[in-house]
Amino acid sequence: MSHTLFDKIWDQHCIAPLKDGSDLIYIDRLLLHERTGSVALKAVEEDGRSIANPAHVFCVMDHILDTYEDRSDQTTMPSGTDFIQSHRMSAVKYNLPLFDVNDETQGIVHVISPEQAIVLPGLTVVCPDSHTCTQGAFGALAWGIGSTQAEHALVTETLSLTKPNSMRITLEGSPQDGVTAKDIVLALIGSLSAGGAVGYVVEFAGPVVEEMDMEARMTLCNMAVEFSAFTALIAPDQKTFDYLKAGPYAPKGKEWKEACKNWLALKSEENAVFDQEITFDVSALLPSITWGTSPEHMIALSSPVPSATDSSTQRALDYMGLNEGDLLTEYSIDAAFIGSCTNSRISDLRRAATIIKGRKVADGVTAIVVPGSMKVRAQAEKEGIDKIFKEAGFEWRKPGCSMCFYAGGEHFGFQERVITTTNRNFESRQGPKTRSHLASPETVAASALMGKIIAASMLEDL
Amino acid sequence: MEKFTTCTSLAAPLIRDNIDTDAIIPSREMKRVSKKGLSVGLFAGWRYLDQKRRTPDPDFILNQAIYSQSKILLSGKNFGCGSSREHAVWALAEYGIKAIIAPSFSNIFYGNCIRNGLLPIRLDAEKISILSKKSKALFIDLETQKVDAYPFEIEAQNKEILLNGLDQITMTQHHQLAIDDFISKDRLVRKWAHL
Repeated sequence: MSHTLFDKIWDQHCIAPLKDGSDLIYIDRLLLHERTGSVALKAVEEDGRSIANPAHVFCVMDHILDTYEDRSDQTTMPSGTDFIQSHRMSAVKYNLPLFDVNDETQGIVHVISPEQAIVLPGLTVVCPDSHTCTQGAFGALAWGIGSTQAEHALVTETLSLTKPNSMRITLEGSPQDGVTAKDIVLALIGSLSAGGAVGYVVEFAGPVVEEMDMEARMTLCNMAVEFSAFTALIAPDQKTFDYLKAGPYAPKGKEWKEACKNWLALKSEENAVFDQEITFDVSALLPSITWGTSPEHMIALSSPVPSATDSSTQRALDYMGLNEGDLLTEYSIDAAFIGSCTNSRISDLRRAATIIKGRKVADGVTAIVVPGSMKVRAQAEKEGIDKIFKEAGFEWRKPGCSMCFYAGGEHFGFQERVITTTNRNFESRQGPKTRSHLASPETVAASALMGKIIAASMLEDL
Repeated sequence: MEKFTTCTSLAAPLIRDNIDTDAIIPSREMKRVSKKGLSVGLFAGWRYLDQKRRTPDPDFILNQAIYSQSKILLSGKNFGCGSSREHAVWALAEYGIKAIIAPSFSNIFYGNCIRNGLLPIRLDAEKISILSKKSKALFIDLETQKVDAYPFEIEAQNKEILLNGLDQITMTQHHQLAIDDFISKDRLVRKWAHL
């Protein structure tokens, strides 16, 4: 029988079938951040257990620390310091590689793992963070786990799992100008629903995906968890290798060549059978935006807000302060945010800066850029992108996740309407009762300038 | 881990789709590097009118007298979506919830439930709607896989873990020889994977 990319990785990592039908799977890399990783490390210690292979466990600081210029262990999140210091103490105690608060390599875990080539094609990568699926863009089987599973992986280098089903989503057609990976994945979530791929590993394939650069592929895979996929992945190709090659943890010399050869052979065979096949034509798509409180509440930017179909959607309309038939383009915004593990990479910042260059953020709009890593930030500063943002009136911050998920420290204001490049528009996700609209960096940049929701292509007309 | 065998309780209907883990335990309620002390923050955004003073919102289902002791939650599809935070399950368990019945669950949340002795039951929305109208206690029996008269499916591995309160790390350590053998062979094939 012909195998899929997913089958091949699974088979390569299966240590033993277990008597209940699940498999014991070898885990190559475990990534831990200070919010959930700290709890897992502390539990292992309290249980008197040891870490099987410290070289495969990477500790990052990204979730709770502040994004301000002068940040330190002290955070604006109540008790946030405890998480940072507990995580650091565990990392030092167990001799785990650590990307600490103000290191030059610090950043959001799903941004720095590819930068460092911690993720490699064909690896199994887990992290107690739901957006670990981002790293599937490199042809790794990378997925989010809970803290107890993290303890299990720390102690045994394995997880026992029932093999998920497989789904191939083939993206066809050619995207119109201004339609990005973010717009495509929001449209997919709208089409499949937020629970549309429960129990599936999704392989993104087809000409649109092959055409995408690695950072667009990461954006695409990042949001697979928003339609409930177990994870997503993309077959590795030359672009994948080029992105990873300089990373400190990448194999070198002869071993690199041997690895690339092996990785190329991972792709799904031509007649491989998936449990489900979906073809999605991107040609007719327009820039996307969410109107409600689930990523599935999405529409084309120019479309009217739909009517409520049940109590959940009515609740979402009420929460967002919207009515059926409204045009979002008629709503002014309080804040604009460019950042997150979805859209904070150098290509995202470059595209947004192109729109912003020489213009000003509208009066009364709080505009914030949080680069995904210190490396992204340094690169942007080298290119003068920071100046473009700052001169327009954007705050230029240090890398971290905190603006994405209201942890009590950094956040937007009560009931503020925020246009945001992040991945979740849940109730109070970015602050108390905030109204978050998910969109691409282009749409966020244009909206920040206009002070209301607008597509970048409409900027000149107004 | 505590075993799950049976559960008898009035079920609290919190019938909404896509209840996310931010709603179950808001990020700002995770105040200590610990699995404990989380129940007070359970559904904090919905449960309290005033977050600081913890004034209960009388409209929220768990604040209604008859449901205040409920061990079973009924909900809509895609329960537990969003962040992987296991704190959502720790908060539910500490509060006293033993079972959640919904048409579907997010993958990570589902796994987190199993590992903490909570039973996630998948039932279709119509059946949940019927159960939500009952004013009597529901009876859940994991061994026979039934909620009152309705049968439900659960994976053999997960059922065994819940029924026996098994610790998965200890279970896996029984395979240590196979793990060591796998690693030594894999080192020869995928050198780059082993740092």
